[in-house]
Amino acid sequence: MSGKADVSKRRHVDSESNTGKEGAPELPALFCGVDVGASATKVVLIGKEGAILAKHVRKSGVDYKASARTALDNALDALGARESSVTRCVATGYGRSNVEFAARSVTEITCHGHGCYFYFPGRAVIVDIGGQDSKIIQIAGDGRRLGFKMNRKCAAGTGAFLEEIAARLEIPLEKLDSLARAADRKFTLGSFCTVFAKTEILAYIRRGERVENIIRGAFQSVVNRIVEMDRFTEGDVILTGGVVQHNAILVEALAESLGKEVLVPPDPQFTGALGAALTARDDDLPEDR
Amino acid sequence: MSSDKKASFKKIKSTGLMKKFMGEYFMELNEAAKSGSQKIAWCTSVGPAELLRALGFLVYFPENHGALLGASRMAMDLIPAANAIGYSPDICSYLTSDIGSYLEKKTPLSGAFPGMEEVPRPDVLVYNTNQCRDVKDWFEYYRKEFDVPIAGVETPRGLGDLTETDLDYVTAQLEEMVPVLEKVAGKSLDRSELERITDLSRKTTELWKKVLRSATHVPSPISFFDGTIHMGPAVVLRGTDRAIDYYEALTAELEERIGQGVAAVDSERHRIYWEGMPIWGKLREHSELFMQLDACVVASTYCNSWIFEALDPADPFRSMARAYTELFITRSEDYKESYLDRMVKEYRVNGILFHDAKTCPNNSNCRYGMPERLAKKLGVACLTINGDLNDLRCYSEEQSRTNIEAFVEQLVS
Repeated sequence: MSGKADVSKRRHVDSESNTGKEGAPELPALFCGVDVGASATKVVLIGKEGAILAKHVRKSGVDYKASARTALDNALDALGARESSVTRCVATGYGRSNVEFAARSVTEITCHGHGCYFYFPGRAVIVDIGGQDSKIIQIAGDGRRLGFKMNRKCAAGTGAFLEEIAARLEIPLEKLDSLARAADRKFTLGSFCTVFAKTEILAYIRRGERVENIIRGAFQSVVNRIVEMDRFTEGDVILTGGVVQHNAILVEALAESLGKEVLVPPDPQFTGALGAALTARDDDLPEDR
Repeated sequence: MSSDKKASFKKIKSTGLMKKFMGEYFMELNEAAKSGSQKIAWCTSVGPAELLRALGFLVYFPENHGALLGASRMAMDLIPAANAIGYSPDICSYLTSDIGSYLEKKTPLSGAFPGMEEVPRPDVLVYNTNQCRDVKDWFEYYRKEFDVPIAGVETPRGLGDLTETDLDYVTAQLEEMVPVLEKVAGKSLDRSELERITDLSRKTTELWKKVLRSATHVPSPISFFDGTIHMGPAVVLRGTDRAIDYYEALTAELEERIGQGVAAVDSERHRIYWEGMPIWGKLREHSELFMQLDACVVASTYCNSWIFEALDPADPFRSMARAYTELFITRSEDYKESYLDRMVKEYRVNGILFHDAKTCPNNSNCRYGMPERLAKKLGVACLTINGDLNDLRCYSEEQSRTNIEAFVEQLVS
């Protein structure tokens, strides 16, 4: 939530020792955002201007607390900074309540909104395709959130759907994008249900369909689930999230389906963490700003 | 961090009296079922309870039992039994919970009331399809199991303004069930007794409305989650003195709360309307979550649905027809939208939560574009969460929590 936080919680570390590691030059005030997602934990460190100074991503695994801690340590190391340089930290993502060093948590819906607005200020519909869910976030021209929708309960339209398909086809996840680009015909897996889609794949395999085409069909299925969530008539369309970071073909497929340009922020996997860091920075601004 | 905030529940002191009355109600049913001292009618929750009481029946409400199965989470063990005999997981989970309970011979009543091993068996079944068609199928199942008579009212749906034709149709059906019920009761309907019972129901309704209206006060002394518990007597004891005694005590307590500035949610910052069924197995979690977010769910269509202002002792049949047909659930989309508009203004609500209950389409009003239309028309934030009244297999805790937290974050910004 974006209300002013309790001052007693604001600085969890001694902000006066705002220096780098021994011998390193003095660092500016740092703000930290941690996005503990279902698949990956992302940390970014920003300065007052909002630019990302350091970042780190690692698998969330089963110990969210440890994963967040390690991600922060790695980001600090990359910058040669100490934790004491961090003025404030905000956590987001499914594991947001497990981040012990965060002053507070904010949902990823708010954070993706802030993160995308930082790069593309203006009226927009943001599409976040995550590992376990997908979200549509409508942002007003002044950055306020107008509304949002999450996908329904199942995996359709999420990274989990692609993971299931990759497993069924025995293909490493990182190869999906390049294989889909080698498709020579386009079709869509029609089922909402991931289990039904896997059965549908069996039918295509039996018919001798090329694997590249099936994978392209799986990506198109994800895009179709997204297109069903909004009319995308107001403002820019921004695509973000970890799935897009590794599967850029989704950008092209969505643009083609919508018939309009689709914007992607730099390092889309980190947009949620950036939004959390920006929230931490804004929390720390004077009340009368 | 918002969700780390400790929730501070404030116990409603009158709860003890409610438990006493509800206990007496169930023990009377149990005694009658065992001894045969009084006939028992099973009635749908918005069925003609006044008529049944006037004929001397003790009235048992399977939907109330359904809610108990949901709240106790026993439903999760029992729904599969009903699924296994062909009742789909996609139909009303009150129905599947209750039939599962019957098949498995398990009920939360036996734990709550020592000596009550099973739900009281019916002598007659009486339904009104104003809630849905499922109640009729539900009661038809028991008609075959218990081989007892069944009588029912088929209520028209999608109504705008109620017409005289609509009322004639429902009134005639109510009147036509009298001979069936008289035969089971073994006595004739005493018109003055029906008027007396209707008057008691009318008084119960006025008091129940007063309970709910206390939430128009800022901060609200009561939440939707309190309401779902304290509506018990409005459902199962209407038409009795106990219901009136109880709501007189509760309204006095709520007035005292208002006088002392006691709020259901400390630091109430957001006022939310709940449209749709409660998620019975998650009441405590939801109550706690909203509390942590400084949000009070102040009003709901669900709790309002047991306000029957049309009841008139001078004209019992026609007024029952009107009271049980003019419910929100039987009305047109236009009517529902104007009703919600009124609720938003009266309760000073700044967000509406729609619960899309997987197995309850008639209480899921988000499926035909209403949240989008209302958000535009009223400028009020709307959220839809997916879940179910009883079947927690249709509910994702994490997804709902994120949705609700993000919704409140939006209200703040």
